[in-house]
Amino acid sequence: MNPRYFPLAATIAIFIVAYAVCIGQYPNMLSTRVIGNLLTDNAFLGIAAVGMTFVILSGGIDLSIGAVIAFTGVFLAVLLEKTSIHPLVAFALALAITTAFGALMGAIIHHLEMPPFIVTLAGMFLARGMAFVLSIDSIPIKHPFYATLKGIYYKLPGGGRITFIGGLMLVVFAAGILIAHRTRFGANVYALGGGAPTARLMGVPIGRTTILIYALSGFLAGLSGIVFSLYTSAGYSLATVGVELDAIAAVVIGGTLLTGGSGFVAGTLVGILIQGLIQTYITFDGSLSSWWTKILIGLLLFAFILLQKGLIHLTDRRRRHA
Amino acid sequence: MQPVNSYVLSATGIDKIFPGARALNGVDFSLRRGEVHALLGENGAGKSTLVKCLTGAYRRDGGRILLDGADIDPQSTLEAQNLGIGTVYQEVNLLPNLTVAENLFLGRQPKRFGLIDTREMNRRARALLAEYELDIDVTAELAAYSVAVQQVVAIARAVDLSGKVLILDEPTASLDAHEVAMLFRIVRRLRERGLGIVFITHFLEQVYDLSDRITVLRNGQLVGTRETADLPRRDLIAMMLGRELVEEVATEHAAKAADGEVRFRFRGFGRKGHIEPFDLDVRAGEVVGIAGLLGSGRTETAEILFGAERADSGTAETSGRALDLSSPRAAIREKFGFCPEDRKVDGIVGDLSVRENIALALQARRGWARPISRAEQDRLADQYIKALDIRTSDREKPIKLLSGGNQQKAILARWLATNPDFLILDEPTRGIDVGAHAEIIRLIESLCEKGMSLIVISSELEELVAYSHRVIVLRDRAHVAELVGEEVTTAGIVEAIAASAGRADA
Amino acid sequence: MTSTLKAYAVRLFPQVAALVVILLMVSFAFPDFFRLEMQNGRLYGSLIDILNRGAPVALLAIGMTVVIATKGIDLSVGAVMAICGAVAAACITSGYGLVGTLLVTLGTGILCGLWNGVLVAVLDIQPIIATLVLMVAGRGIAQLITEGAILTFNDPGLIFIGSGSLLGLPMPVVIWLVFGLVVSLVVRRTALGMLIEALGVNRRASMLSGVSTGVLLIAAYVLCGLCAAIAGIIAAADIRGADANNAGLWLELDAILAVVVGGNSLLGGRFSIAASLLGALIIQSVNTGILLSGFPPEFNLIIKAAIIVLILVIQSPRAQSAFVFLSRSQGAAPAKTEEEAK
Repeated sequence: MNPRYFPLAATIAIFIVAYAVCIGQYPNMLSTRVIGNLLTDNAFLGIAAVGMTFVILSGGIDLSIGAVIAFTGVFLAVLLEKTSIHPLVAFALALAITTAFGALMGAIIHHLEMPPFIVTLAGMFLARGMAFVLSIDSIPIKHPFYATLKGIYYKLPGGGRITFIGGLMLVVFAAGILIAHRTRFGANVYALGGGAPTARLMGVPIGRTTILIYALSGFLAGLSGIVFSLYTSAGYSLATVGVELDAIAAVVIGGTLLTGGSGFVAGTLVGILIQGLIQTYITFDGSLSSWWTKILIGLLLFAFILLQKGLIHLTDRRRRHA
Repeated sequence: MQPVNSYVLSATGIDKIFPGARALNGVDFSLRRGEVHALLGENGAGKSTLVKCLTGAYRRDGGRILLDGADIDPQSTLEAQNLGIGTVYQEVNLLPNLTVAENLFLGRQPKRFGLIDTREMNRRARALLAEYELDIDVTAELAAYSVAVQQVVAIARAVDLSGKVLILDEPTASLDAHEVAMLFRIVRRLRERGLGIVFITHFLEQVYDLSDRITVLRNGQLVGTRETADLPRRDLIAMMLGRELVEEVATEHAAKAADGEVRFRFRGFGRKGHIEPFDLDVRAGEVVGIAGLLGSGRTETAEILFGAERADSGTAETSGRALDLSSPRAAIREKFGFCPEDRKVDGIVGDLSVRENIALALQARRGWARPISRAEQDRLADQYIKALDIRTSDREKPIKLLSGGNQQKAILARWLATNPDFLILDEPTRGIDVGAHAEIIRLIESLCEKGMSLIVISSELEELVAYSHRVIVLRDRAHVAELVGEEVTTAGIVEAIAASAGRADA
Repeated sequence: MTSTLKAYAVRLFPQVAALVVILLMVSFAFPDFFRLEMQNGRLYGSLIDILNRGAPVALLAIGMTVVIATKGIDLSVGAVMAICGAVAAACITSGYGLVGTLLVTLGTGILCGLWNGVLVAVLDIQPIIATLVLMVAGRGIAQLITEGAILTFNDPGLIFIGSGSLLGLPMPVVIWLVFGLVVSLVVRRTALGMLIEALGVNRRASMLSGVSTGVLLIAAYVLCGLCAAIAGIIAAADIRGADANNAGLWLELDAILAVVVGGNSLLGGRFSIAASLLGALIIQSVNTGILLSGFPPEFNLIIKAAIIVLILVIQSPRAQSAFVFLSRSQGAAPAKTEEEAK
């Protein structure tokens, strides 16, 4: 097998084994209900993680997404409470703002040649601050359109439901896979992650690609914010703290190299599902505590970093002896 | 057949000036259609600077470049590529994490319904590589293939994109004989197609095997362009190393040949893949020169003696006691010192001051808990700034702001401050101006008079002859000859280097 | 000696000036700002408050400065704070005594630093990635120790560390001032400072000059872990309990920010612990100042973001080359760059 599929295969294998273990202990977990809930509960995280996948594939990082999700939620809540515009218009506005916000960060990263870590850290503070400025309270969203959207679902055999937001996540992943592998932009993202100087020599427009990557991440964080507001029917500026960490973990556990250039959007989906599975298992178990999630995810993270370190070492050696 | 003297590319009077150094000085270079033209010279001779001027990676400071008779002035490698000049570097300039097909078609992927048509792209990639007799899985990552295959892919991309001139910069440096043969078949076929091919290498056999003409650069100047068939190997080496073959009588140095006790004794010292095991004796107050062409194992010898690469065979001892050379730190404890060839990467600590750079090795040897007082550091720095005539406005200036020669002297000072018994100098005079050259040579002589043992690696043969008591000649990562006393002449060294399999020798 | 002092003054001037300006601005909005009172042998006042509340970030900034000087970064310090707070609470409630508790807790911090250091120095993993592991898992480990609850304690000795006072100053202030001074003295009075700077600027050249780069790297992360442990003890002692969820939350970012505000380059090399401590005070002054001057605290983060952007622009390579260009064109001697013929 092509070694670049190793991490993805490992991720899928871990998911299957883990799911099998879960079912072994709690046969109830083998139901479409559980799967449906897995998708719904992790929809906002999954959508944001698609954006993070692109950022990490390009060799960058985006710490701002949790704050942007919270900002979007508060923005929508305030807009829908104070004005009478239709949620769809509010959605469009929110997406325009978050996309422009991402593009701005990308432009700073490219033009000021500053590390993405610090630029998006400032972005994180700014977005969270703007959310605070809009409102520090949790504002409920009671617009009937929200109820309509939440009412949309596709019934699976066995009683499970693919809700609107769960379905939206799957659509976003499908679109992400298409963009990553079937567009020139996608190829350029991988090229950037493989080495910016070489990519430049090969004619990749570095600046435009960088800006687009962070704009995409901003757009998806905004979309994730919309989904989160649908999920919670509220906007709260203290929500989704640390979601960027969960997203990074999902991307790495999904087999993407944290240094960029290698990985799959589809892997991130499996990474999200593994995280969701751990949580579901802990809920089913009842006696296990929630902190095991973090420890297990940390361990998985470590295992994947080591696996990839080993793979790089291996290909290096193989090439030298080839 | 094309007419013989139809030049596809001709450059005249190319100048390139860097702050503090003139990298190219009025260099002429012309390339015919359908020829392989070898561009030769030691490190720092200006080969890559010339190539970068031709491909737009550098802006030239003077001169004209004509492509197909028309003036060109490429601002970037991309522009040069679009004009018809493609380049393939030793470090393959493709992306190892993309598939072969993606590498070939990055930025110009075939599309269908607005999306990349992967199947069509892979088909075209296979068709393109078939012209190069390469039948590989184009959907696998480039990293999965050997450097040789990567080179061919890079050549295929460059030729497909440009198609008039192909510049190969050290393409064979990490290939085995079989792979080189494959590469040469491809290059010959491209030559038949009428491409002008510039071939940079340091393997002279390959030059004679493949090239039609040879241009030699030295210290940024054109030494000459000759037909390969008319240039015997000895003359070529003389052109590269800068000495017309006059029979030189061994000068004064023969008289002072050290005959004292052997102080350092290496037996079967070597490391697989770096340098073949060698025996070496060095006496007190002796300068042992090391000569050889680029890639012959010069730097590898230095690194293994200093523990920067750990030896995996052999022994090292001094006055009957085994030496611990397992790491630079251990070697420094044995009173070894090493001025590396690549000053910027391995030598200077750029942001730190001249004072700190001079004190660094001594401080490291004393350990962190026994700091050299500031007054003592100042005294050390002032002493060496004066003794070695390091030109700096003051000792607190960041060393990166000094010129190359002064950086080199500061690094030398770093080691002299540790009062070493055994000092290894790798290309101590490279890239520094002529005045500093002479000073460093004088310094080497005075150090050895004081009883220090020195190993000096240099591609400046006259210098090597001037101060060495003995010269070890390296070839193909092995020590192949040792010249002692009256044998130490530039002619002798050139002879020893050239005395290889030598089938292409005229 | 005077020249060294002068160099210090020049280095710290921007941070001192910024701090003074911020304090003055706050005092306009809040006239009582500079008032200090002595009550029960302890000083009270807004300035003391800034020093006291800034203690955790100041402590973290000490270790972070050294790690960043080696061209690294430590994302895990917030999580390590939580772990150490939890360990301290668990130890004291299970009867280890004050000394035993402190020793075990500091040992835990050192162990966490060792883990990070080994990943970076021995396994050669990028610092940002290596320390991410503990950042993610650390809070879970802390919760494992406290079993999810806020583990409270009432040992007077431990509480004294959080809210006691010594020589009129709150204990946390005494601790970070003393620790900052000790670490500064140790790195500057020994050769450690210079060796760390050399390592951060050019690891290979330092290694070839005989510097034990691996040991130094690990030591930097160990120091960072130790700082996080002390900060964790203070945070726990302050609230008389270990809160695994919130102790040290996002403080790694504040610590990095303090180092950057202190004018230390994220690319490693030259560092000044005093400047980072001033950076931490600047951040805390902004926080406290916004609170006192009646601004809604919501603006706090926006101002922080603005500060980062400002510093980014000043530090960015492009802006710096523009500065160099300006100073050159003003007739200064043309500095020779390191660029030369290859």
